[in-house]
Amino acid sequence: MFGYYLDLALRSLRRNKALTALMVLAIALGIGASMTTLTVLHVLSGDPLPERSSTLYYPQVDPRDSAGHDSDKEPMEQVSWTDGMNLLQAKRADRQALMTGGTVAIQPTQSALDPFYEDARFATADFFPMFGVPFQYGHGWSAADDDSSARLVVISSKLNDKLFGGKDSTGQMLRLEGTALRIVGVLGDWRPNPHFYDLNVTNYAESEGVYMPLSTSQDLQLAHDGSVDCWGNGGAGPRPDHSATCVWLQFWVQLDSPAQAAVYKEFLVHYSQEQKALGRFQRPPNVRLRNLMGWLDYQMVVPGDVRLQVWLAFGFLLVCLVNTVGLMLAKFMRRAGELGVRRALGASRRALFAQLLVEAGVIGLSGGIGGLLLAFLGLWLVRQQPASYAALAHLDPGMLLTTFLLALGASLLAGLLPAWRACQITPALQLKSN
Amino acid sequence: MMQIKPILAAMRHHRAGTVLIALQIALTLAIVCNALFIIQQRLAHLSEPTGIDEASLFVIHNQWAGQSSTPQIDAQIQTDLATMRQLPAVRDASPSNSYPLRGGGWDNFITLTPEQVQPTTDGSVYLGDEQTIDTLGVKLLAGRNFRADEVGRIGLREDVFPPVVIVTRALADRLYPDGSALGKPLYAMSPTPSTIIGIVDLLQRQGVSTWDTTYAYQSLLWPMRVAEPQGLYYIVRAKPGQLAAAMREVPKALNAQNRMRIIDPKDGELSFAQVRERAYDSDRGMAILMGIISAVLLAITAAGIVGLTSFWVGQRRKQIGIRRALGATRHDILSYFLTENLLIGGIGVVLGTLLAIGINLWMVTQFEMARLSLGYVVIGVIALLLLGQASVLTPALRASRVSPVEATRSV
Repeated sequence: MFGYYLDLALRSLRRNKALTALMVLAIALGIGASMTTLTVLHVLSGDPLPERSSTLYYPQVDPRDSAGHDSDKEPMEQVSWTDGMNLLQAKRADRQALMTGGTVAIQPTQSALDPFYEDARFATADFFPMFGVPFQYGHGWSAADDDSSARLVVISSKLNDKLFGGKDSTGQMLRLEGTALRIVGVLGDWRPNPHFYDLNVTNYAESEGVYMPLSTSQDLQLAHDGSVDCWGNGGAGPRPDHSATCVWLQFWVQLDSPAQAAVYKEFLVHYSQEQKALGRFQRPPNVRLRNLMGWLDYQMVVPGDVRLQVWLAFGFLLVCLVNTVGLMLAKFMRRAGELGVRRALGASRRALFAQLLVEAGVIGLSGGIGGLLLAFLGLWLVRQQPASYAALAHLDPGMLLTTFLLALGASLLAGLLPAWRACQITPALQLKSN
Repeated sequence: MMQIKPILAAMRHHRAGTVLIALQIALTLAIVCNALFIIQQRLAHLSEPTGIDEASLFVIHNQWAGQSSTPQIDAQIQTDLATMRQLPAVRDASPSNSYPLRGGGWDNFITLTPEQVQPTTDGSVYLGDEQTIDTLGVKLLAGRNFRADEVGRIGLREDVFPPVVIVTRALADRLYPDGSALGKPLYAMSPTPSTIIGIVDLLQRQGVSTWDTTYAYQSLLWPMRVAEPQGLYYIVRAKPGQLAAAMREVPKALNAQNRMRIIDPKDGELSFAQVRERAYDSDRGMAILMGIISAVLLAITAAGIVGLTSFWVGQRRKQIGIRRALGATRHDILSYFLTENLLIGGIGVVLGTLLAIGINLWMVTQFEMARLSLGYVVIGVIALLLLGQASVLTPALRASRVSPVEATRSV
């Protein structure tokens, strides 16, 4: 029966090629636009560390003076050197890491390469185990290395490829900013998206090439790079010293259960009270403990324009569907005579309905395939854009399936009303008028 | 006019089709109005002037390879500046921490007294020397430029607050609305005051985000060279028409002078046209996308109207024949379909106007957007009604050509 309906549908669609083409094109454009924008949104709002994100938290405290107290309800988005060190040394979490970004000049000795700048991350030892960073060769560093400001670095596989041709470079020396540092580890493939641990760099930045102990970077006077937010008289530029009233470091903790998270939040309140008693903090305790995804939400990492484009594309799809409903209705009603004859010859309403839905489904499927091709084209166009997230815009299997379901669902939905209306005709009336 | 009643009666028979066309027109109007509004806003945003001589300017991101002390770096910067200013294609050059449209950077809250709790406003901070005003090509409206002996230096992790400052007109007016800013102090998150010694005309901020829009054109210049080991920006102004030559000469001359520097081959040297393009990339992309979507939407809506009306004409051939046989002219038939479309379009645009305003109000809460001005709705309404009339014309003309003989045919 399905084969017969399919045959009928194809015949009917062939009879009016322009109309069929218009319907298929409208659905294809709508689906293509929606899937392109939805894929970009999906890629951008993904979980950077699916296995770990639920146990990672970003503590925030509010060390500011009382100026502007009423207008800023949220605590500061990073921590100052003093608070970062205090919280780190308190060791109240399962793991904790204090970090900031930087840029370092690398002077290659191994090859004829010119000196170049590389993004760096200055962090404490737990950075690697806490974020589950994979290693290709070697390992990270220990808390003891942090304490002794050990002259060592971990480099990315990309930098290792550039400098050492991808060979195991652990034990070799890397010259940066005039100092030689021993390479202890080479990272494997690691590029969490978004760049959650420091969103100030740029939200979808590539991972850094060089990692070294925070203490070492301070010893070597390496400059910090990224956002600096100051209060009071801390207005002297983008590179504050340790005592400045500025926040410029990120502090992350790992808390394995919600109960521990609650305890940690208590600790942050106590810490704030203690600092207030010491006269460092002036505001009443104002703390937050967001987990990774909560932090990304709060920071609204997905650009507003991307969300706007998704809404626009679905509005567009809606118009395309309304258009298709109208055209399909016209088409089905035009065949009232033919349908009347079939009814008179004994076809049930249900059979007619099924037949018309098959026809709608054929249009939907063709539109869906067209839409998929357009989505591939759209994503290719997105990848040509200069935005930092552009390179990430690829269709994954989940989104591929969504595309097909969306196309089929949309066209069946569009076929439902016209098919139902067409089934309501009285056969006798149609036969008589002919 | 007399035709409206029978049209309404006929529409009742095609309720589903009528509702669908009206709905489509409404949705299209709502989306197109808002899209046009967004396009206009983005275009206005990206054509804002920076106040500097963009046609002759370019920027070099000069990073130092290897570490040296603050005085050594400062001496090297002065040598570099002298080297660049000597070049035949270069009019002037100055050292800075940033440049307009860089996409964010250093800005400070500003107060009028050191005790003030709530900041008066915010200013984008540019560092420079006595040549910066000439290099940028901004106009000094009042007061004086920095003197060479006022220009200091700022090294890594140093707190330096110069006693003199040059501000833009926008910042001066915000701080001292009575126009008396010259000679007055300001505190830019500093314990000591900076006296306003000069006021320049337009100088755009480093960032162009929504947050920056509140403080648009509020910038200040401090007389300092950035002598940090990370490097700095050299802003270079070429002589008129010699931008390309200057962009070739300057990196060569700098590298010949001293090789202990890194100028990234890809992003190290940018003409201001490139800076502007990067700064407004997303705005331009959004405007283009909105434009394409609007055009396609209008085309689909027009095609839908043509399709549905053609079908109605085909369905009513016999009735048209009867009307013609009873004395209706071709013109009567034509105007019947045009009026019908106008009525449906009218319902659609009323609905669409409400929807457009609703969508805009929702976007205001979601996307930091301004209120839709009614001009766009009016333009959209007229455009869609005309579009409807134009698309119905072909099927309506076909209808008007139906011969009265059709009335006598049984099929």
